[in-house]
Amino acid sequence: MMLRLCLGSLMARALTVAMTIVAIALSVALFLGVEKVRTGAKASFADTISGTDLIVGARSGSVQLLLYSVFRIGNATNNLTWASYQDIAARPEVDWIVPISLGDSHRQFRVMGTSTAFFERYKYRAGQSLAVEKGAIMDDLFDTVIGADVAATLSYAVGDPIVVAHGLASFVEHEDQPFRVSGILEKTGTPVDRTVIVSLEAIEAIHVDWQSGAKIPGQSTPADVIRQMELEPIAVTAALVGVKSRLQVFGLQRAINEYPQEPLLAILPGVALQELWQIVGIAETALIAVSAMVVVTALIGMMATIFSSLNERRREMAIFRAMGARPRVILSLLVLEAALMAALGAVIGLALLYAGLFVAQPLVDATFGLWLPIEPPSLREFWVLLGVVAAGAIVSLVPAFRAYRMSLADGMMVRI
Amino acid sequence: MHPFLICATCSEPSAIMCAASPILSLQHVHYHWQGRASFALDIPEFAVDPSESVLLLGESGSGKSTLLSLICGTITARSGSVVVAGTDIVSLSAGKRDRFRAEQIGLIFQQFNLLPYASVLDNILLPLRFAPLRRARVPSPRDTARMLCLNLGLPEDAITAQAGTLSVGQQQRVAAARALIGAPPLIIADEPTSALDAATQTTFLDLLFAQTRACGSTLLMVSHDARLAEHFDRVVQLSDVTLPQQTAA
Repeated sequence: MMLRLCLGSLMARALTVAMTIVAIALSVALFLGVEKVRTGAKASFADTISGTDLIVGARSGSVQLLLYSVFRIGNATNNLTWASYQDIAARPEVDWIVPISLGDSHRQFRVMGTSTAFFERYKYRAGQSLAVEKGAIMDDLFDTVIGADVAATLSYAVGDPIVVAHGLASFVEHEDQPFRVSGILEKTGTPVDRTVIVSLEAIEAIHVDWQSGAKIPGQSTPADVIRQMELEPIAVTAALVGVKSRLQVFGLQRAINEYPQEPLLAILPGVALQELWQIVGIAETALIAVSAMVVVTALIGMMATIFSSLNERRREMAIFRAMGARPRVILSLLVLEAALMAALGAVIGLALLYAGLFVAQPLVDATFGLWLPIEPPSLREFWVLLGVVAAGAIVSLVPAFRAYRMSLADGMMVRI
Repeated sequence: MHPFLICATCSEPSAIMCAASPILSLQHVHYHWQGRASFALDIPEFAVDPSESVLLLGESGSGKSTLLSLICGTITARSGSVVVAGTDIVSLSAGKRDRFRAEQIGLIFQQFNLLPYASVLDNILLPLRFAPLRRARVPSPRDTARMLCLNLGLPEDAITAQAGTLSVGQQQRVAAARALIGAPPLIIADEPTSALDAATQTTFLDLLFAQTRACGSTLLMVSHDARLAEHFDRVVQLSDVTLPQQTAA
C-alpha cells in the first residue's frame, strides 16, 4: 500500500518526475555506453593479434617491438638477421614462423613483406582469420594484397598498379618495379587494414638496384631478370612465432632472449598488449570519471526536485502524521520515492543503451573497426545500475531529513 | 478520586473503557511554545465521557489547534496529564504516541484532508496501516470501507475514484469514513464543516453522528460556529476550560 501511495504521489507530479527520470536515464545510458566503448576498445585492442605465441625482433623494449611489428607505429632500431631467423625456425619447439619485413611505404600506408603463411597464421578477435574480400592472395612476385582502409582511402580496385616508395614519407620511389593489386582484405579493425602486404621476396626484389639505402645511379635490372635471381633476405624486421605446445613458450622465449649470436627479444603479445594498454588506459579512467560525474549531476538534479517539492507537500506529510505515521515513515517514503525514480531511470537508461547499440553497432564497426558486442548486462553493469539506485536513495536522504524535521515541527497542523 | 481508573474487567488498558471512566481527561495541563512565552495554554481540567458528543467552541487563535495537538500527542504538555482511553500519553515516547494516535483516535480536518492522488479506498485504509490493533478489529477492511462509504451517502463508484476528483463535501465524507474505520474510541473533528455550505453541513453532521454512534465512538468537535450546538450532547466554551492567558513574564 505504501508503494502504491508512493507511486500515486509520483504520478501526481508526472511532469517533473518524468524529467528527472529522463535525466537519470540519459546519464545512465551515457555511463554504460562509455563502459561499452571502453571495454569494446580494450577487447578490440587485445584482439589485435591472437594465436601468436611470441613476437621476435631485435633487442629493444617489449612495447616498442609490439608497436612496430603489430601496430606499425615507430621503427625498428635493428633487424633480425636471416641466419638467426632460420636458427629459430629450426628449433624443435617452433610450430610455425612468419617473417615480417617493414621499412617501405605506399602513400601514407606501410608496406609489409611477409610470407603467405601470414594469411593463415595471423589471427585477430578471438581466432578470426584474415579473409580476402575481392581478388586473391598474391601469387606473383609483384603482386600485393592491401588492407580495407588502404583500398577505401586510395580507391584501389583489384588489378590496379601501385608503386612502393623507399622508406617512409620519402620521395624516392621504386618506380622500376610497380606492383599489381591482387587482393583486398576484409575490414578487421586491426592495423592490417592500413597495410600493403607484399611477399618477402618482393621486398628484396625492389631493392636489387639499391645499396645502403640509396639507388645505384643508372642501374635498372629488368623484372624478368629479377625473377630469375635468388631473392633471399639478409634480415627481416620481426617474426611471429607459434609453438607446438603452450608449455614451451617460456622456454623458447628465454632461449631467444639469451641467443648468443645476436641480441634478440621475444615477447608474449598478450603481456605486451597489457603493458601498452596501461599507458593508453589513463584516458579511459578520465572517460569513466567524466561519465560518472554526469550520473552524479543527474542524481543531484533529482535531489533538487525533491527539495523543491517538499513545501507543497507539507500537507500530504501532515496527513500521514495525523494518521499515525511516525516521522521516519515520512523519511522512508521520500527515500523510497527517490529509489523508485532512480530505478526507473536506470532501467530506461539500460533500454536506451541497447537501442543505441542496435543502431550504432554496424556503424561503429564499419567506421572505427570497433566491435561492440550486444550481450545481456554483465554483472558489472548490474552493479553499476544497483549503485545508481543506491546513490539515488542516499542522495535523497538530505531532503528526506529535512522533511523529517519539518514533519516533526508541523505535526498534523499545517497552516498554509 | 481519579475518574480515569482502569476498570478491572478490561484486560487491556488501551481497549475501550467502561462507561464510568472518561475517554479523555486533561488535568493541570500546561503548554507553551518554545521561545514564545507570550502564548501559553493552561487547562486545569477537561474530560469527555465515552459515547458522548461534545462541541468545543472557541474563536480562532484561542488555542484550539494546540489543544487538539496535545490530545493527539504531536506536541506534549510541559506538565500535567493527558489521558486518552486510560493511557497518559504525556509519559509515552514520541514513537509510541504516534502509534497510540493511530490506534485510538480518528481525525477529521477542516479541508484538504485526503491524499489527492490516492484512491478513496487507500485513503480510508491509511490509518489501519499504522494501527495493527485497529486493523485487527476490521476483519475485511475493503468491505468495511465500502460499507462506511455507503452509510455516509457516497456514490457506489466513489471508492475507486481518485480522492482529489471528488467534491469538497464528498471528500469530507471520505475523511469521516477514514476516521471511523476500525471504530477508534475517540473521533476528533477540527472544523470539519467550515468548508461546506449550510445544507451540506447538516447532512454531513447527521451522517457523522449516526456513524459515530454506530461505532460506539466518542465525538469531540472543535469549531467557532455556535449554530452547530443543537446537534451535540454537551457544548463547552474553550475559554471556560482554559485559564486566562498570562501576559509575558
